Amino acid sequence: MKSIISFELYKIFRRPRTYIAFGAIAALILVIQFGLKVDGQSYAAFLMKDINDTLTVDGNVLNGYLICYILLQLLLVHVPLLVALIAADMISGEANLGTLRLLFSTPFTRTQWVLGKFVAASIYTIVLLIWLALLALFLSMWVFGTDDLFLMKSNYVVLIEQKDVLWRYVGAFVFASFSLLTVTSLGFLMSSIANNSIGPIVGTMSAIVFFTILSTLNIPLFSMIKPYLFTTHMNNWKEFFDIQVSDNNEAINGSILNVAKIKTSLIVLSTHIVLFVGTAVYITKKKDILS
Amino acid sequence: MSVIQVNNISKHFGSLKAVDGLSFEVQAGQVFGFLGQNGSGKSTTIRMLLSLIHPTSGSIQIFGDSIASNRNKVLEEIGAIIERPDLYPYLSAKEHLQLFAKLRSKKITPSSIEDTLVKVGLKDRAKDKVHTFSLGMKQRLGIGIALLHNPSLIILDEPTNGLDPQGISDIRNLIQHLAKEEGKTILVSSHILSEIEQMASHILILHKGKKLADGPIQTLLDPNKMIVHLTTTNDEQAIQVILASSFSNYLLKRPAGIYLSIPHFEIPLLNQFLIQAGVGLINVESRNSLEDYFLQLTSNSN
Repeated sequence: MKSIISFELYKIFRRPRTYIAFGAIAALILVIQFGLKVDGQSYAAFLMKDINDTLTVDGNVLNGYLICYILLQLLLVHVPLLVALIAADMISGEANLGTLRLLFSTPFTRTQWVLGKFVAASIYTIVLLIWLALLALFLSMWVFGTDDLFLMKSNYVVLIEQKDVLWRYVGAFVFASFSLLTVTSLGFLMSSIANNSIGPIVGTMSAIVFFTILSTLNIPLFSMIKPYLFTTHMNNWKEFFDIQVSDNNEAINGSILNVAKIKTSLIVLSTHIVLFVGTAVYITKKKDILS
Repeated sequence: MSVIQVNNISKHFGSLKAVDGLSFEVQAGQVFGFLGQNGSGKSTTIRMLLSLIHPTSGSIQIFGDSIASNRNKVLEEIGAIIERPDLYPYLSAKEHLQLFAKLRSKKITPSSIEDTLVKVGLKDRAKDKVHTFSLGMKQRLGIGIALLHNPSLIILDEPTNGLDPQGISDIRNLIQHLAKEEGKTILVSSHILSEIEQMASHILILHKGKKLADGPIQTLLDPNKMIVHLTTTNDEQAIQVILASSFSNYLLKRPAGIYLSIPHFEIPLLNQFLIQAGVGLINVESRNSLEDYFLQLTSNSN
């Protein structure tokens, strides 16, 4: 199994396609950071125009923590598409290239191959997320400095003390890794069905778009299935930035408003990962290698 | 000792019977030629031997172990190339060998990787990416991957595809060397019958998924029975004359030309008979080749 993972990682990081995702993330983050650095104050003023009459906010509002939050809101929707580029090609791409028969005639079971490939694709996904964290969080902290995190929610504001922010990002990135691994496993499932590269990539992207629409539609019929859709839970990393308040309406440092929601989301996402990968293993074991 | 033992295997794709009740054995140290026209079921059989395709029925034992239940143990001792030499275009020849070395439990040293590159004639191109390789070079690299872990059984599906005459000769010599000097068992399929004739000690002829013949080449190619190709001044008249005679049973169905499978002592009688019947004979060519035997079997089967 270790041999398969190292074999697959070597191939992943020798493929030019792998670096498209890293380049795309870097380009997007740098452009947004540049825009906010140049014209960030007017952006902040626009965000706060509704509360300026009732609230006075001092300090560096547009700090690295807020920039990272803005970047994650924008990017964590699109990163799954970049993950699909690699994950959905892991099995079908080999079938298309004709190398699958070479791999499956080595002394490893197909289950070992699928699991090994999934672990390698998961490592790629985590590395991509770490790259995102380095640029979105640490580069923003360096460029914009740090201060308390001031967030505008739909009908309230959240103020998190500077010393209470960093662990929340660690939690948010760990949660995001589960979201992205769900996409990786979905890509794997698609990849186990097809024998070409494009179909599973497009299929994974289409499934994400389709289920995201179902998750956001407020139609009673769909409300019944919403809690079980992975797309309903993928963006719940934001829960790490909702804080409990005391009876005196003071923020309680180190607290999360709705821990149960995070736990439920992690369970739903993990269940999807197991189901998708399990189905991919089953399909791959059963099929004849004709490519 | 039987290295491969195939017992009554069949593979159906829907209503198509790609392989139908096939049984054969390959003994240790044999070079076993696997012959058949396109679509005869050769590649399907080879894929079943490598556990890439699940048989609809029947069983396969390799080194005495069932491929279905002891797959990993069996595959550890097999090196194979299957049809086209499909490889990773973004990796070099050396990277391929280094990567595939990781997938074997046997220790494969850097020097054995170098030796393999020399053996398949790719030492000078070791660091070049595969996307710059010709088909023949890819084929050599595919063979290199198959030989890398020094397997006891080597399965080569069309190994001379895309090679130039020198490359074909090199591969033929390599196969003969592996069998004679290193005692490997080799199953080789090819559509080039003369190649198989020069390499193999035993053959199996597959046609429409069924076995037509198998055994040692020397036994199958009966030296007492020759294939005769007649060139006459009037082929239509010659065929009519032969059909009306006692030689009619020897006439072979071929799309063009007049061919007879005839005991060698009757060839002078045939010549005499045709001349007396007024057929102008230009040439009488007698042969006893695998190609003739193969064509005779498959045309009769059609």
